[in-house]
Amino acid sequence: MKLALKLAYRNLIGAGLRTWLNVVVLSFSFVTIIWLKGVMTGWDYQSKTDMTNWEIGGGQYWHNSYDPYDPFSINDSHAAIPEDLDALAKKGEALPMLLIQGSIFPEGRMMPVTIRGVDPDQTLLYLPTSKLDTTDGIVPAIIGVQMAKQSRLNEGDFVTLRWRDANGTFDATDVMIAAIFSANVPAVDLGQIYIPLSTLQDFALLPGEATLITLKNEEMKWPEKEGWIFKSKNELTKQVDEMIKTKSTGQNVIYGILLLLAMLAIFDTQVMSIFRRQKEIGTYVALGYTRQEVVGLFTVEGSMHAVLAALLSAAYGMPFLIWMAKVGWTMPIDASEFGMAIAQTLYPIYTVGLVVGTVIMVTITTAIVSYLPSRKIAKMNPTDALRGKLQ
Amino acid sequence: MENSNTIIINGLYKRFPVGKGEFTALSDISLNFAQGEFTGLIGPSGSGKTTLLNIIGSLDVPTEGEVLVLGRSIGKLNAREAARLRKESLGFIFQSYNLLAVHTVYENVEFPLLLLRLSASERHKMVLDALEWVGLTDKIKSKPPQLSGGQCQRVAIARAMVKKPSLVLADEPTANLDAANSHHILQTMETLNRELKTTFVFATHDDKVISYLKRKIYLLDGRVDKDEIINHNSLKP
Repeated sequence: MKLALKLAYRNLIGAGLRTWLNVVVLSFSFVTIIWLKGVMTGWDYQSKTDMTNWEIGGGQYWHNSYDPYDPFSINDSHAAIPEDLDALAKKGEALPMLLIQGSIFPEGRMMPVTIRGVDPDQTLLYLPTSKLDTTDGIVPAIIGVQMAKQSRLNEGDFVTLRWRDANGTFDATDVMIAAIFSANVPAVDLGQIYIPLSTLQDFALLPGEATLITLKNEEMKWPEKEGWIFKSKNELTKQVDEMIKTKSTGQNVIYGILLLLAMLAIFDTQVMSIFRRQKEIGTYVALGYTRQEVVGLFTVEGSMHAVLAALLSAAYGMPFLIWMAKVGWTMPIDASEFGMAIAQTLYPIYTVGLVVGTVIMVTITTAIVSYLPSRKIAKMNPTDALRGKLQ
Repeated sequence: MENSNTIIINGLYKRFPVGKGEFTALSDISLNFAQGEFTGLIGPSGSGKTTLLNIIGSLDVPTEGEVLVLGRSIGKLNAREAARLRKESLGFIFQSYNLLAVHTVYENVEFPLLLLRLSASERHKMVLDALEWVGLTDKIKSKPPQLSGGQCQRVAIARAMVKKPSLVLADEPTANLDAANSHHILQTMETLNRELKTTFVFATHDDKVISYLKRKIYLLDGRVDKDEIINHNSLKP
């Protein structure tokens, strides 16, 4: 094996430009695959972090009727906040939120919204709820940038908010947009309007009630509560995992195409080598190699492209990947329009497993692609090969 | 009983399939080659000399008959055993040199020693010795494309001789060389034959080579036509 490596190295370096062209193409695949996979890992991490910070905290209790995908059930999804959770909320370790369906009327248009009542003093989520803490008789509201864009509302604007209380009676009031926040989590932005919890409880005639309670502590084993369903952080971020998985499948096609290009180049080189180097093959046999050993030599030679490509990738790819991890990859279009949790700038995350896995995967693929055409050598007649006779 | 013959050939036939029939390249060849011979297989193209050389070199197998090379029956060797025979005991010299183009002169000559897994210091000494025999110590770092035809063939001789094999098989070694280079090469091989007692078997129809041979075996249509032992001293140019 040592000899095969030595000879393969000499042959590859001796082949000059042809080798380096293949190596460059293969190294491009290496770097691109690691970068794209790093972006996916970074996206996954950022999405979950953003969801934790903006929406789900360390897990949530949902009222057992609450279904975020069924707007008709929302108005019936509320119950008194359990005592122990209420005590935690007072300590800032839980955040009750009341959700009811409503409408706003910006510029005379009607827009359905989910009205979220939230404690202005909370610090559990990143929502800038301190802006809701007013005492001048005005009902303050905060909305996300996408919501502001859709409704064409700006900070300081007043808009009419309509809702139905617990008895089914319509009521309405004007609210002032106290702040517009920017979040990478569409679920906290699109179609959502936040007002103080106590105000919403009063409006809806649901004092002391909530639809969901966000918890701070992720580690604690939360007990079951009658009328409430506990949703762990993992359950709540499952969607992100599914989405990343779907995206990864799509990206695998890109990896496949990249690898295919690199492998085609190597396959082509191998086929050409075997075609052009028949005399050399015959010479190896005459000097004491078996044909199987020559197959091995050519396979090692082809596989060594991957090793050289890995080294080249390390030379130019590492600075690039580190730079990308630092400055991130900014989306060419407004990421909030994607309708999923994605930051405007994604910061790739490269794990040891990702780098080692990619190197192993590409090397094995290269070895297989190198071996396939080399099998022809085993069928060659060495005396014809020595004469360079085409076989 | 010890046999001093390097090669023993008995009733050798070699047939190749051609279409639905077959072509007989060698027919009823029986020859013995003693150790240290400087012998040529002489004949026109198609007379079977290269085929015979390939069988002796274990690159091909007899269809019928027996060929013993250094006591091993070529027809009975498996691929690994045949490769071992070539690696340890045989040297080849080809008409078109068959040097490894991307390797230096040193690396080309070193190649057979790498296969024998000798230490780096042993290899270094043997390569330098071999290059000294052929007068190419100043071309160690050159690559074959940078050398003349004569120099390439001298590298090929050094490569064949570096492991001091018992038997060297040379197929038309001077076919691509001019007269001066041919004589230089042949004198080198003759010296090595004399000093190292290596058996040389040539396949040739070149008069320059023929004039150096101590034994001439004429082949015609795959059969031995004539087998002459030459009084070498009287013919030497």
